[in-house]
Amino acid sequence: MTLMKLYTLIPMMPLIASIVIGLFGRQLPKVFSHLIPIVLVLGSFLLSLYALYISYHGYVFNENLFRWMTVGQYDLNIGFMVDNLTALMMSVVTFVSLMVHIYTIEYMENDPGYSRFFSFISLFTFAMLMLVMSNNFLQLFFGWEAVGLVSYLLIGFWYKKPTAIHANMKAFLVNRVGDFGFLLGIALIMFYFGTLDYKEVFSRVDTLAGQEFMLMGSSVSLVTLISILLFIGAMGKSAQVPLHVWLPDSMEGPTPISALIHAATMVTAGIFLVTRVSPIVELSNTALSLILIVGSITALFMGILGIFQNDIKRVVAYSTLSQLGYMTIALGVSSYSLAMFHLFTHAFFKALLFLGAGSVIIGMHHDQNIMNMGNLKKYMPITWITFLLATLALVGMPFFSGFYSKESIIEAVKYSEIVGSSFAYFAAVFGVFITSLYSFRLYFIVFHGEERWRNKPISHNHHDHGLTTNQSPHETTWVVIMPLILLAIPSVLIGFFTIEPIIKSSFLLKDIFILNSHLALSQVTEHFHGPINMALHALATLPFWLMVLGFIVAYLLYYKNINFIKTPKILKKVMDHKYGFDNFNEYILAPLTIRLGNVLWKYMDIKIIDNFFVNGSAKTINLFSHITKKIQTGFISQYAFVMVIGLLLFISYFILGGKS
Amino acid sequence: MTLSTLLTIAVPEIIILIAAMSVLLLGVFYKNTTSLFGITQLTLLIAAYFTAQLPIDVKLTAFNEMFIADSLSMFLKLLSYFALSLVLIYSRSFLQSRNLHNGEFYALTLFALLGINLIISSYHLLSIYMGLELLSLSLYTLVAFDRNRPEATEAAMKYFVLGAVASGFLLYGFSMLYGITGSLQIAEISSRLSDTSINPVVLSFALVFVVVGIAFKFGAAPFQLWVPDVYQGSATPITMFIGSVPKFASVAMLIRLLFQGLDHMVLDWQAMLLIMAIVSMLFGNITAIAQTKIKRLLAYSAISHVGFMFLGLATGTITGIASALMYIAVYVLMTLASFGLIIHLSNQGKELDQITDLSGLGKQKPWCAFLLLLIFLSLAGIPPTIGFYAKFSIIQATIQFGWIWPAVIAVMSALIGIFYYLRIIKVAYFDEPGKNLNQVSKSSNNELSVTLSINTISLLIIGLFPSSLMDIATLTSALIF
Repeated sequence: MTLMKLYTLIPMMPLIASIVIGLFGRQLPKVFSHLIPIVLVLGSFLLSLYALYISYHGYVFNENLFRWMTVGQYDLNIGFMVDNLTALMMSVVTFVSLMVHIYTIEYMENDPGYSRFFSFISLFTFAMLMLVMSNNFLQLFFGWEAVGLVSYLLIGFWYKKPTAIHANMKAFLVNRVGDFGFLLGIALIMFYFGTLDYKEVFSRVDTLAGQEFMLMGSSVSLVTLISILLFIGAMGKSAQVPLHVWLPDSMEGPTPISALIHAATMVTAGIFLVTRVSPIVELSNTALSLILIVGSITALFMGILGIFQNDIKRVVAYSTLSQLGYMTIALGVSSYSLAMFHLFTHAFFKALLFLGAGSVIIGMHHDQNIMNMGNLKKYMPITWITFLLATLALVGMPFFSGFYSKESIIEAVKYSEIVGSSFAYFAAVFGVFITSLYSFRLYFIVFHGEERWRNKPISHNHHDHGLTTNQSPHETTWVVIMPLILLAIPSVLIGFFTIEPIIKSSFLLKDIFILNSHLALSQVTEHFHGPINMALHALATLPFWLMVLGFIVAYLLYYKNINFIKTPKILKKVMDHKYGFDNFNEYILAPLTIRLGNVLWKYMDIKIIDNFFVNGSAKTINLFSHITKKIQTGFISQYAFVMVIGLLLFISYFILGGKS
Repeated sequence: MTLSTLLTIAVPEIIILIAAMSVLLLGVFYKNTTSLFGITQLTLLIAAYFTAQLPIDVKLTAFNEMFIADSLSMFLKLLSYFALSLVLIYSRSFLQSRNLHNGEFYALTLFALLGINLIISSYHLLSIYMGLELLSLSLYTLVAFDRNRPEATEAAMKYFVLGAVASGFLLYGFSMLYGITGSLQIAEISSRLSDTSINPVVLSFALVFVVVGIAFKFGAAPFQLWVPDVYQGSATPITMFIGSVPKFASVAMLIRLLFQGLDHMVLDWQAMLLIMAIVSMLFGNITAIAQTKIKRLLAYSAISHVGFMFLGLATGTITGIASALMYIAVYVLMTLASFGLIIHLSNQGKELDQITDLSGLGKQKPWCAFLLLLIFLSLAGIPPTIGFYAKFSIIQATIQFGWIWPAVIAVMSALIGIFYYLRIIKVAYFDEPGKNLNQVSKSSNNELSVTLSINTISLLIIGLFPSSLMDIATLTSALIF
């Protein structure tokens, strides 16, 4: 089997699973609904590992599978490029996807949409693989839209729940803003390079330098414009401020997809995109600064919001936003490989956190409010221990995977000299404290303390989920626990074992382009003396002690219940309104748009377009059609007459028109 | 040239001829029509095999250069076999239920196919005319095939008389060409026309008569008047046949005569084709709106599609031919599917006639309604169906040639066309069920519905991956010259 066929098989297998289950899932016995996707995604995962093995040994695969169509002189191809960057993403995507597939067996057990759900997540796996494996911007865009579509379908999976429908609409609309920028960026690339093929675009990228583009009367640097447009696309998908508002609401979807799509894979597509286009972004310091500042704001302020949430999934969602901010910071200081490294470790521990949260939710009979939880350590020991490990990885406990990636990013920011890096450094370091605070808050409230559901007011509403006061939660079954354990292992260990190849050797660097004047990453490399040294050295640095401080504060506030600080009312209000982004959208942006829409509708649409163009032309054409219909009289003589007239017209055209 | 080379080139035609005569004879005393169906299908298969054996990149001629085998002939012949094969599959149950299923049907379709093949491979005015008459006479007979229905006889009469007039035009044009050039062989005509001493008025007359003759065969406006009446009057399988396979012969005739024979007059016939293209697109699409009968509607739709083909051909470029070849292949595929669906929804005695007969299809036969949706979306040219790509490539070729306004008109007329295509979908899905559909029997056989499903789904599949078909069309057109 050629490598091409092998690589084609990787995305095809989940697609086949999706189609089979989507079409016949309801007819087949229920066991096939999970068996077929799991087996095929497992195959896809194993082949992805093989792809990683091949590319690790230095073979970059780049071939077109087929030409999709030709438009003018442009060939639009479907093809694969598998380098280390891609292979790493493929492995992460398929691994997390596999875990989520297994986990879903119990989580969705009694859901009427069981097979539909499996069909969607397999379809998602296919789309995500097509996205990362693409060798051109067009296919990337298709994958991009396809994952967006599946995300939309899955957020609104419980389509009878109004909040879910609202959330998926919101995700769809916000992503549209990002995609618009992305599409414009792609269009500019097409316009200037005449091709969408990565390899060709990147090889000619230096011709962009110094080119100007006229935008609304003023000229801007072309490379900056392209970079920013592409980054706007990344902002939408990777939920960076101000396009982040959809991600917390997306938690309305079932928990397995929160783990798969809204933590480990799809939301990191933006990070992947910027890394992929590093040869373009690198040329614009303006774009890099913008990326850095947006990332810093997201990392810090979204983390703070996490402290004030009471819904277990929303806490984790804000944490995801904050961690995506860290990755974006890394992109901004040209340390793309570190962004990918954090993406990689984050995928494991954040998926684990979500799945752990899901396990808690199952134990609590689908109650997500942490103020009804407490002391779950006693009832759900495995969930507890894996959740704790994930928390330690997230806060950056030395030797845990999250430590290595996050600490490297903070180091890189320290060495960077780009505009905005001092703010970014503050945000990144202070963010460590915030991360520690919200993580341990969640941990202490959920797993320690009193068993709060026992004294919650009795609800007579039958639609209410949750335990009654005399029930106890119990540990979930092996299909939930197994993914937890399998994810816990890399969450703890993977950073330790992979930091060396990522920082020291050129494992990722050869697929990335970094200008020589951007020193941050090389400085990090220079100061790196092995993972053990790094962890020991951390004990003497500020971030470590900030993390400890966060732990202590959380311990006192939520374990010992000593309220030594009172949240000021105003701060509480700001937090409750999440800085007012939603309010702005809801009370200012949306009404203004609607008003504008109304004006356009009444005057442009109804008066001009509807009455004049549409109805007017429709009436005219209808009139014509009843006239032309009359030509068909049914008499042969008249038909022959018309033919002769036509002939004569043509002859006179030539004779009288002086054509001959 | 030895006899064996002659035979290799013409072997598909010889096979078809033998098969046609055998089927005619067998049909007289042998009443098992199923085996005649089998023989005909087998003939198509064998002919296809031998056609595919010929080299694609070499022009082979035979019979004193009257007969040519090249890329164009291979492309169109293979498509003809394929299309006819589908026509026969679709027709069988319909004809059986109306007692029309006999040997003559197969003999006539085979003779028509022989005529089509002859036209496709003709490199000489006489052989073109011979093929044309063989095809036309078979078609006239086929239209009158259901002789107990007065509409059929009337349609056959109209078709015959008008066809004779058109053949007269064509012959008159041929005779003038012969008068000017002293030759009937296409390559020779082309080389002698480069002589500047030729009387331009006579040449213009010859050109106009030839083009009008071709336009009649296509059914391009203003020579389209036979189309609606013949479509409506013939039995549905015959309409399907007339609407599909002979179009390949027409396009071959146009390319041989205009591109290869009268290539020095390119500016003149370009203008004629462009005018007819625009008139056909607008007339077809506008008039279709006022139709209430589905076959009549498809007839006007056919006129507008011919307009699109003419637009591609009028550019006179290789890309133009390629897009027109693509278009005709797609058009025939869509026509087969649409009439196949009509046959599928017609039952004994009662044919699907009015558009309103389709109401409630979405609820009663969801799969049929889905196929209908795909077919009409494709006819309307909405992505991701192949109908979109076909229109797209024509418009692209037009713009590349520098004709912006014709392209705009093409888009506008397609836009008008969308109205009546979507109306059918709307009737099928959103209108309250009428009582007609309830009578639709479930007797439609499986081979029909399976073929129809595959045929229709292929509109979608090829639409998603259009490049291979387009590659073949581009290759074919590049090798013509």
